[in-house]
Amino acid sequence: MSTYREAVRAAIHEAMQSDERVFLMGEDVGRYGGYFAVSKGFIDEFGPERIRDTPLSESAYVGAGIGAALAGMRPIVEITTANFSLLALDQIVDNAASYLYMSGGQFNVPLVIRMGTGGARQMGAQHSHSLEGWYAHIPGLKILTPATLADARGMLATALADPDPVLIFEHGTLYNMEGELAPDAGAVDISSASIRRAGRDVSIITYGATLWKALAAAETLAQDGIEAEVIDLRSLRPLDERTIVESVKRTHRAAIVDEGWKSGSISAEICARIVEAAFYDLDAPIARVCSAEVPMPYAKQLEDAALPQAETIVATVRSLVSHAGG
Amino acid sequence: MLETPAVKHGLALLREMLLIRRFEERCAQSYAEQKIRGFLHLYVGEEAVGVGVMQTLVAEDVVISTYREHGHALARGIAPGPIMAEMYGKQEGCSHGRGGSMHIFDRATNFYGGNAIVGGGIPLALGFALAAQLRNRPAICCCFFGEGAVAEGEFHESMNLAALWKLPVLFVCENNYYAMGTRLDLSESVTDIHQKAASYGIASAFVDGMDVEAVEAAAQTAAASVREHHGPYFLECRTYRFHGHSTADPQLYRSKAEVEEWKKRDPIPMLIARLKSRGECNDDDIARLESEIAGIVRDAVAYADAGTLEPPETLTRFVYSEQPA
Amino acid sequence: MPSLGADMAAGTLTRWDVKPGDHVNSGDTIGVVETDKANVEIEVFESGIVDRLIVQPGAKVPVGTPLALIRGEAEAPAKAPALVRASPMARRLAREYRLDLATIAGSGPHGVVERADVERVAKQAEVRPGPAAPVPPAAPAPQPPAPQPSEGAGMRRAIAAAMTRSNREIPHYYLETHIDFSNAQRALETINLRRSVKERLLPAALLFKAVATALAEVPELNGYWIDDEPHQSERINVGMAIALRQGGLVIPAIHDADAKSLDEIMEAMRDLITRARSGSMRSSDLVDSTITVTNLGDLGVESVYGIIYPPQLALVGFGKIVERPWAENGMIGIRPILSATLAADHRATDGHRGARFLSALERYILQVQPG
Repeated sequence: MSTYREAVRAAIHEAMQSDERVFLMGEDVGRYGGYFAVSKGFIDEFGPERIRDTPLSESAYVGAGIGAALAGMRPIVEITTANFSLLALDQIVDNAASYLYMSGGQFNVPLVIRMGTGGARQMGAQHSHSLEGWYAHIPGLKILTPATLADARGMLATALADPDPVLIFEHGTLYNMEGELAPDAGAVDISSASIRRAGRDVSIITYGATLWKALAAAETLAQDGIEAEVIDLRSLRPLDERTIVESVKRTHRAAIVDEGWKSGSISAEICARIVEAAFYDLDAPIARVCSAEVPMPYAKQLEDAALPQAETIVATVRSLVSHAGG
Repeated sequence: MLETPAVKHGLALLREMLLIRRFEERCAQSYAEQKIRGFLHLYVGEEAVGVGVMQTLVAEDVVISTYREHGHALARGIAPGPIMAEMYGKQEGCSHGRGGSMHIFDRATNFYGGNAIVGGGIPLALGFALAAQLRNRPAICCCFFGEGAVAEGEFHESMNLAALWKLPVLFVCENNYYAMGTRLDLSESVTDIHQKAASYGIASAFVDGMDVEAVEAAAQTAAASVREHHGPYFLECRTYRFHGHSTADPQLYRSKAEVEEWKKRDPIPMLIARLKSRGECNDDDIARLESEIAGIVRDAVAYADAGTLEPPETLTRFVYSEQPA
Repeated sequence: MPSLGADMAAGTLTRWDVKPGDHVNSGDTIGVVETDKANVEIEVFESGIVDRLIVQPGAKVPVGTPLALIRGEAEAPAKAPALVRASPMARRLAREYRLDLATIAGSGPHGVVERADVERVAKQAEVRPGPAAPVPPAAPAPQPPAPQPSEGAGMRRAIAAAMTRSNREIPHYYLETHIDFSNAQRALETINLRRSVKERLLPAALLFKAVATALAEVPELNGYWIDDEPHQSERINVGMAIALRQGGLVIPAIHDADAKSLDEIMEAMRDLITRARSGSMRSSDLVDSTITVTNLGDLGVESVYGIIYPPQLALVGFGKIVERPWAENGMIGIRPILSATLAADHRATDGHRGARFLSALERYILQVQPG
């Protein structure tokens, strides 16, 4: 039995041990042990140079991470949460994502940025953003959303080996999640979606923490004879369009669950892709379950109402399939 | 750097500045002919800074610059042809035609741009220095930026971080007193730029940026400090650009009289006068240099004119790498 | 879009010769359709006023697709049909099953037609998707199409497909009889003595008439096999197999051959042969033969054992007339003898019916008089 946190820890630890070009840099990653306790004890093992605490200077230390990557290192830059990444947006978009293209292919940026993401812990409007879909809009970046222990354990190694900038979004509610992790769990691919539950009546497409809500919803729906196929996107850029489309071609109905705000979210992009590639296989409009378009409120009942929940997913899917007779 | 044995160092400095001057003037003409499009920021008047500083850098050092980087690129040793071709949007340009005037990149000379966001390159410089430090290498990173950048938060974050981590960065602030159309005293509460660096605990100095020999000497001190003390150094070079911010600038924000005043201190005539007075050059030397440089610039334009356009079919190449890390 | 060939799945409308508001009479040609092999004029089967041209020139549509709307004289112009609300998948399936969406009740929200609704209707109609031969208004029989001078290969392919299917699906039985043609020969000579060469009656005309007359007596051989059962046709349209010089075969019909005189049959033959050879067949020529006759006597073949053109129920073959020894009333003589064969679909008839047919055929030939 292990936890998501343990899986991330193990991934960073293995990377640090196996490649001396790897170092971890970010706020409170060293002496504090990491805001999410992911790097607890690492500074004693690897030293303050390679487990490097930074001042509250997102732009400077993310830029430094980019420069170090350009120079041939393999930095893991940790931005505590995606909320703070906005301070480093220029470095991420104008430097990390653009250097290879602008330089005509001369300078790649082998950088990994890890960020906490998401709401659901009453942290208020400025600490609850789900911006991974927003980042997935930027060409030149790769966007990962590990939802399982195996992915938390295995995506980092592949990301570090990738020659281009990779952003890994770890949902804050997942760190304590328990699960089984194979002792030999290793690197996993970072470009394909995974069908976590097969079904024939509807394709529920999601990522990150909402995967577990979708799976819970699928269990409830099964009691009514509605068999939902649940797809974990795993990567938001590139999107595994093939898995999505093949699934919808089989089920003819799709519901997308996304913790981002609905308008202009990654769910809208997935909708467009399904319509482009599987229009003639759709037996119903595509449904979306997203966050309400409000800055995240603090009060629990309001926050719960704003976020996608298993109950909402169940109700949405029910209305999608109600006329097909199961 | 020129390696003809007969030319003394003074003449070498002159040659480099003259090459930049004639190259930039030719760019202005090409822009008027619409061969160069988009933005064009000319280094005319500031040649002494780039040339002077570049004398002290070695091959393993890394150079980061701004969108006003043609002078730096030429002084660093990037061939004029590919620079002109880049501005002509040709595949034979340094950045494959992908970057244009503001994004000159060259792996061979460790020239990392060419950055268009004011202050955006400064954090990158920290990274190069950090990598050298972690690997215990002597390389330093020389980061050019204008005085406008010191208003950006990134500048302050970077000064702090560079000092805190003792990063081997040579910060060169080209203070030409105008951030596009805004004069320095209208945007900074403290206009002695180097003092800002000093307030972060960084060794700093200022120098007359119109005097190439003075810049060279100051840069030697600065670079030596970085290399020996393994920490940052901040050199403010006080200079002036004779053209507008870019080709689009009607220069409503400064008087012609002021420009004429600064032109009296044009670094090139200043150096010529000094070399002549030292007997290190005569009119024939000048004429020979001009003629040689005219040929180089002509060849660069011919190279750019003869260049080819990247076909749209390969538009999406290099969004991601084509080979593994 | 009419079916103009055994394996025609779609055709291209190349030209309209009428416009909305035009008055048309039954039999008027109103446009031209191009198939893989030919350009065929299409006729309208009712009189009325052209209400709407649905398919535009250049469009290729499946057989069975409505091309135009003709309204009765007294009717008001049709309103454009209301748009049916259906899911994309339901629309696609309806297209594949050739079902009219407007006739399918929708069980989706606000009556939207969904896949399940289309599947349900398709199951009830026992329609299978794909390019199966449809049932257009005039219930025509698929025929090898009219020729295009340069495209023998396409036609051969179509014929090959039809023949393969026929051989595979239709259980054939064969009967042959030899008929004393001397009486018929004498009758023809008598008739033709008084006529110019142009107006001569050929033996073939007499054979077509014989077939039509025999079918009147044995109607079970006149018609089609559709949806697992025989359908007798009210009209007797004898299909005349015409070989084309450039290769290939076309089988236009001599309509109502039972009601036509020998002269009328002869005239129909001349007209069809001329138009077949010049490539100007019409859809009405090609779609409704109820039986096919293949007459290879001119080529020197003695008997013909043919393959039925689906979905017809029979094929009659005639060989050449050969002088043979013949026994009659205990005496031997030499007579002109004609071999007549019947290939018939054993699902629709058995040898008994087939024999009755050949017997009736023989009777006509033995008894025909010049009058």
